[in-house]
Amino acid sequence: MENDCMEEQRIPAIELRHITKRFGTKVVANKDVSLSVYYGEILAILGENGSGKTTLMNMISGIYYPDEGQILIGGQEVVIASPKDAFQYRIGMIHQHFKLVDVFTATENIILGLKDEGRYDLKKARGEVRKIADMYGFDIDPDKKIYEMSVSEKQTVEIIKVLYRGADILMLDEPTAVLTPQEAEKLFAVLRRMREAGKAVVIVTHKLHEVLAISDEVAVLRKGEYVGTVPTAEATETSLTEMMVGKKISLNIRRSEPKDPEERLIVAHLSCMNREGMKVLDDVSFTCYSGEILGIAGIAGSGQRELLETIAGLQPISYGGIQYIRPGSGIIENLRDKTPLEIRELGVRLSFVPEDRLGMGLVGSMDITDNMLLRSYRQGPSMFLRKKEPKTLAERIVEELEVVTPSISTPVRRLSGGNVQKVLVGREIAASPTVLMAAYPVRGLDINSSYTIYNLLNEQKEHGVAVIFVGEDLDVLIELCDRILVIGQGHVTGMVDGRTAKKEEIGLLMTKGREQK
Amino acid sequence: MKEPLFHIVKRDAVPWWQAWLVRIGAVVAAILACALVTVLLTGQNPVDVLLTMADGAAGTPRRLWALAQNTAILLCIALAVTPAFKMRFWNTGAEGQVLAGALSTAACMIFLTRFFTVENADGTVSAAGNVWLLYVIMIAAAILSGALWGVIPAFFKAKWNTNETLFTLMMNYVIIQIINYFAYQWSVPKGSGAIGIINLDSKIGWFAELFGQTYLINILIVVGLTVALAVYLRFSKHGYEIAVVGESENTARYIGINVKKVIIRTMILSGAICGIAGLLLVAGTDHTVSRETAGGRGFTAIMVSWMAKFDPLVMVLTSFLIVFLQKGAGEISTQLGLNKSFSDILTGIIILFIIGCEFFINYRILFNFGKKTSGKEVKTL
Repeated sequence: MENDCMEEQRIPAIELRHITKRFGTKVVANKDVSLSVYYGEILAILGENGSGKTTLMNMISGIYYPDEGQILIGGQEVVIASPKDAFQYRIGMIHQHFKLVDVFTATENIILGLKDEGRYDLKKARGEVRKIADMYGFDIDPDKKIYEMSVSEKQTVEIIKVLYRGADILMLDEPTAVLTPQEAEKLFAVLRRMREAGKAVVIVTHKLHEVLAISDEVAVLRKGEYVGTVPTAEATETSLTEMMVGKKISLNIRRSEPKDPEERLIVAHLSCMNREGMKVLDDVSFTCYSGEILGIAGIAGSGQRELLETIAGLQPISYGGIQYIRPGSGIIENLRDKTPLEIRELGVRLSFVPEDRLGMGLVGSMDITDNMLLRSYRQGPSMFLRKKEPKTLAERIVEELEVVTPSISTPVRRLSGGNVQKVLVGREIAASPTVLMAAYPVRGLDINSSYTIYNLLNEQKEHGVAVIFVGEDLDVLIELCDRILVIGQGHVTGMVDGRTAKKEEIGLLMTKGREQK
Repeated sequence: MKEPLFHIVKRDAVPWWQAWLVRIGAVVAAILACALVTVLLTGQNPVDVLLTMADGAAGTPRRLWALAQNTAILLCIALAVTPAFKMRFWNTGAEGQVLAGALSTAACMIFLTRFFTVENADGTVSAAGNVWLLYVIMIAAAILSGALWGVIPAFFKAKWNTNETLFTLMMNYVIIQIINYFAYQWSVPKGSGAIGIINLDSKIGWFAELFGQTYLINILIVVGLTVALAVYLRFSKHGYEIAVVGESENTARYIGINVKKVIIRTMILSGAICGIAGLLLVAGTDHTVSRETAGGRGFTAIMVSWMAKFDPLVMVLTSFLIVFLQKGAGEISTQLGLNKSFSDILTGIIILFIIGCEFFINYRILFNFGKKTSGKEVKTL
């Protein structure tokens, strides 16, 4: 801090003492977390997916109420029982998912819900918004409607909204997840200006380089527990990773040379639109080979999901083709405009581990056996279900993949993320696929479960399966995949060799799609 | 500093017996609450009131049979809406689908009877040997018309994603107007606006008495339907598809279920069972049709199905409970000279407790006594 004499009795903007939050009796989202945020500082809260960062933020912003512990604002113990309380203590939260009214303008959204003494004065409000924007260097048109805005502009509106309401403690939950690196840089500049203006800023993230780039202090959470706070100046990527994952990890994922690769799936000039009629895939072409893992890298929402879903027959294609080459005979099957059922009836063994595990891959309220049935229930001429084989399969998967579950008749919704994923991947692999597509298969998983998944994918590759792996962690992509296809904004921006590619090179390719526009 | 007195947290799954314990406790609490309200509002002895209620619902063999018959009809309609509800297709049109079935049953009885009669020497008519064919036609007509009334909104939902709740609801008013029209057209005597008892003398098209019991056939048919639907939902491939579509349409698409087909097929089933309920009402009990034939049971059935969490076997219980309460409450108002509204209050209290107790099965309330710093003083309910 600049002011040395103040150092001794600095009062934290927010202080958390021994905060604990449980969901049910088994899930402890936050356990005994204590940390402090000061005015004029940026605190980064760092942790892997599922380490309890968002839960902690939600308690400060009044969405959840802590089971144990105290929250102090400016040295006074307070009770934050609702978002309104949080607002009263000048806490502003910018959620990962924006809460804006699409058909309203920026200004209208900003003043929405405010109980002002005076009249509804849009003109005055617009002036205020401009003033705030100038002060912190936001780039915003107060009269633009939300639906016309890019993600980054919407975020700006959210930030100005809390500033307009007089917040001097700002909390941002994963603010860069949806931004390009350039947009993120712009956001950081704004945050720095806020720090200079004496605001307390909390940024939640799991990206190390961001932490190092912007924060003054880093608080690390691991599986809901508070590991510690360190000054950023003294931290390095390695030391933070160690705090985050508990031990120093070198990934060391096994990677074998592809054996007799042959063409299995050819995607040519594929284009598709989303529901709003926007092009989400534009002229995507690539070939998958048997016995290799093809990685797909890109910023979240660049068309990865649509790409896999079009191949699986779940999204209509507006242009282009998908061809499957049968192993052995080499006969070409056209998969375009086929439903998932038609694809299966062709005898194309295409397995798909979708990103949304409980919303698409599995049925949360059904038990493991019934979820096995999803793939096989049609078998047999009888109108009744045969549960014997799925039950055996469920037992086998639980045993072989070490799924932690009270029994195979437990609804999968009750299992932890890692175990849910094992059930899903286990079922998809049990269908002995020739093409296996997996979207973010290790998201939210702990290190051990992640390695189980990597090993399963590798095993499939060695059996000659063409594996498509959509990932977000570039280190993993580089260590696991034979080739990596990079997409940006629905375009293919590059194809690199996993053995020689550099992280920076992929990172650069990821952002390229936008610049072309 | 003001701390909130309590906050609410989600529970883990509780074992089934514990859940049932809570539910039984809720019924007991509901009865106590009823007693209290009775004393406070009317000054009557609450035990008397409750006994009168039980007596009114099941006090005599005749009342018992009426209770069973009414339970059967309500259960039948609840069974009908269940497959649709499990699919998260909010069929609020059971009332209309029942009426459609009832109307076509009545039409068959009115217009086809003469093809299945022989004239006796004394001028009266009685059933001919081929009268079974009339029953077949009645059953087919009831099922088809109920299914038709159900499938129209399903088709629009599948094709253009129209809102099924509104659509099915509106279909009720359409059929009510159609019945009003025919009630005038077919009225006896002409112009009276009421159809009256059909085939009062010959009883052709009526369900026969079984062991001297008028309603036994109705009850047996519904028992059969209950078992069949329970098996269908739990063990058949169709039932599995319904569950998957209801839980997540994305999952259904992902595994290749034709969602549109399932929606249409399930609503045909739902409407067809409603049509059967209409048949039972006209051929089994009322022997006439009017806009009041379903009597709001198409809506009560929704509650029956929900309270049973869409389990056909539990629905036997919930439909019994509701009919019991309605019958009993009606008795209170006549016997004890209380207002009809008072019995509705009691019914309301009991249902409120039964539905409300589900909250305590899913959530816990944590009371915050004293300081939370130590964390140990948090009491649990």
